[in-house]
Amino acid sequence: MYGYAGRILYVDLNTGKTRVEKLSEDYAKKYIGGIGLGMRLWLDNSKASVDPLSPKNPLVLTLGPISGTIFPTGGNGHAFVAKSPETFAIGEAVAHGTFGAEMKRAGYDAVIITGKADKPVYLWIDDDSVQLLDAAHLMGKSPSETEEAIKEDLGDYYIRIAAVGLAGEKLSRIACIINEKTRAAGRTGMGAVMGSKNLKAIAVRGTRDIVPAKSDEFMDMVKEFHERMKGPATQKYRTLGTPENVLVHNALHCMPTRNYNNAHFEGAEKVSGEVLNEKFVAKIIGCSSCAMRCEHEVVVPEGPYKGTMTRMEYETLWAMGPYCGIDRLDTIIKGMELANYYGMDAISAGVIVGFAMDCYENGILSQKDLGGIEANFGNSEALIQLLEKMGKREGIGDILAEGVRIAGKKIGKGAEKLAQHIKGLEVTGYDLRCLKTAALGFAVSFRGADHNRHGAYAFDVKGKVNRLKAEKGRGKMVRDMENLYALIDSFIVCKFSRGTYYKGLEDMAKLYSLVTGIEMTPEELNKSGERINTVARLINIREGLGRKDDTLPWKVMNMPIPDEGPVQGAVVTQKELDLLLDDYYTSRGWTVEGIPTAAKLKELGMDSLSKIVKGKQEA
Amino acid sequence: MVKIHERKFVSADPDKCVGCQICEYICSWTKEKGFNPLKSRIRVVRVNQLANMAVTCRRCEDPPCVAACPRDALTQSEETGTILVDMDACNGCGWCIEACDYGAIMLHPETKVVHVCDLCKDEGEPQCIKWCPEEALTLVTSDVLAQKARISAVRKLFQEAKKKK
Repeated sequence: MYGYAGRILYVDLNTGKTRVEKLSEDYAKKYIGGIGLGMRLWLDNSKASVDPLSPKNPLVLTLGPISGTIFPTGGNGHAFVAKSPETFAIGEAVAHGTFGAEMKRAGYDAVIITGKADKPVYLWIDDDSVQLLDAAHLMGKSPSETEEAIKEDLGDYYIRIAAVGLAGEKLSRIACIINEKTRAAGRTGMGAVMGSKNLKAIAVRGTRDIVPAKSDEFMDMVKEFHERMKGPATQKYRTLGTPENVLVHNALHCMPTRNYNNAHFEGAEKVSGEVLNEKFVAKIIGCSSCAMRCEHEVVVPEGPYKGTMTRMEYETLWAMGPYCGIDRLDTIIKGMELANYYGMDAISAGVIVGFAMDCYENGILSQKDLGGIEANFGNSEALIQLLEKMGKREGIGDILAEGVRIAGKKIGKGAEKLAQHIKGLEVTGYDLRCLKTAALGFAVSFRGADHNRHGAYAFDVKGKVNRLKAEKGRGKMVRDMENLYALIDSFIVCKFSRGTYYKGLEDMAKLYSLVTGIEMTPEELNKSGERINTVARLINIREGLGRKDDTLPWKVMNMPIPDEGPVQGAVVTQKELDLLLDDYYTSRGWTVEGIPTAAKLKELGMDSLSKIVKGKQEA
Repeated sequence: MVKIHERKFVSADPDKCVGCQICEYICSWTKEKGFNPLKSRIRVVRVNQLANMAVTCRRCEDPPCVAACPRDALTQSEETGTILVDMDACNGCGWCIEACDYGAIMLHPETKVVHVCDLCKDEGEPQCIKWCPEEALTLVTSDVLAQKARISAVRKLFQEAKKKK
């Protein structure tokens, strides 16, 4: 095979045994790689209702067919897939850097990790040699420290490592898996799944050549895309970066502020992308094979957090800033560094702090409950203190580390209503009350509240639709974007390069064919995108989710935007949500309950999975 | 014989280098028709997120790699300064690797003899320079490097003087 390594590595942590199996060309073409292949392999290797933190929940690591090539951004991604301890639905998270390319050169398309080691270990994949090594000396270390220690242990500074921090070891449901210090497979708690297996890290060295099937035409395409990467499609990421969104969202009153109490932040000017770049950005770096650069490295130049260095993006800045009412960039940067240090999803971590502050201001959590912290909105010290407690699972941090849904239930007294999540996953930086295409995208997203499964906010933010209106037609828009985004995360290419595919799926199909030698048309590729979303839906149905779970956070449906301005009073009613869901399910060919029909599964070549929906397709 | 001042080599500007490894990919592709950093004659170092730089052969005067070779497998081209490897004579002992201050001469993972940058003599120009998206790589002489350093030092001095006014 070209593009694909053609091999899947199975690691059983119960016995320490490993084996390699062939990747079938049928799976390759149908599920592509990345999250698509990962979800299908997870389904094949798991049983219904598995506890996410039990040894029986496989952790699947996947690469894409483009991984390891020079194609702009295509060489550098990897994905983790497992049942999520936050959503109890399918979980997945993608990260970039250099780890994925190294894993491909080691000769694998996927690694399926099952069981649980009897003591802490790390997995050392050295081409064909696969070993479990003692990790006792790594426990308690941050992902970054773990990386350094393993490089010393193994005596090779070019080894690539993905690791969990203390949050993963302590099974925090928002734990992530971090490679190369700042790159996180962040969402849905994949780090907790890894931690539950007593697996501290995965280290890899790969020495194989990667060769595309049609190399001359492939290199012509690379040249063309190198030019496109320098053009307008990527300009935002190369310059201000995603923090540009702060002022854009704030002007549109679509930036959730103080745990969704407002949609507009009076302190936005102080935490803007403009100020961040002027005062804090020290360097913008790139991942392996990128051909642009986007990773804004910030350094705090003065004050109590002087010298703190981390990567900064809009979502994490928003979560620890406006969402907590905090207008100090140095504190936000420190918060981000702490999230990386403990290995927590920084979006969820910020949203949880915002939730705790809301609970405090409403008298649901007292200063005593919080271990002495005065957690008013805007108290930047409280952000740092609460993040420390969450990272270590001390005091209130032990409950908060469960995520807002579970924490809300445990705290009670109405805290549930203050917990802004979908399917258990914390919200991201788009106020869904006034972005109704996005609201649909978030509601149906198979991994819970997230902008990265569809990017449907773009229609609303760019004014391509009336963002305050719920109407027919949005279902199809969300569906098409979901198909595309699933493909991007399966190839794996970077979403920041999506604008360089001028011809959309046609360009992507061409890339796929040139790398793999497997003929692929844009129509077939779109089917694969649909298939990947469908397999995710089937998993979630098997795990007991349905229409009832395709919903929105409590405040989005019950607390109209209070801020004076263009969207005052905006809210999503149940009637509007039902209209949007009906439209979306219809566009997908699913029943009114959101169940894919037998005919649809047949059309997608997924007949063998129809047993999952048997008896559920009526009505 | 080419004098030291005229000898050119590939130099990376650490302010511009973003650590993306495209130089490694295009080098191994040009030389070996495969993407594999281990087969690249230029290697990227990321000491931390702020410190990124690609490193390759500097074509030293009196190159220590040549002097260190116990089998006379290495010679320096008088014409261009390129380090030439006699593949039959080299047995991969690694003395040249130890001698090089830059880590710019490396053992090939398959042939087990050393390989080093030859400025893509068969292509007419170094492909890493041509492909670097950040324009961080340039073909320079030591003299030009010194000139650039002087200019930037003086520029900085005058900017600071301006600020103080």
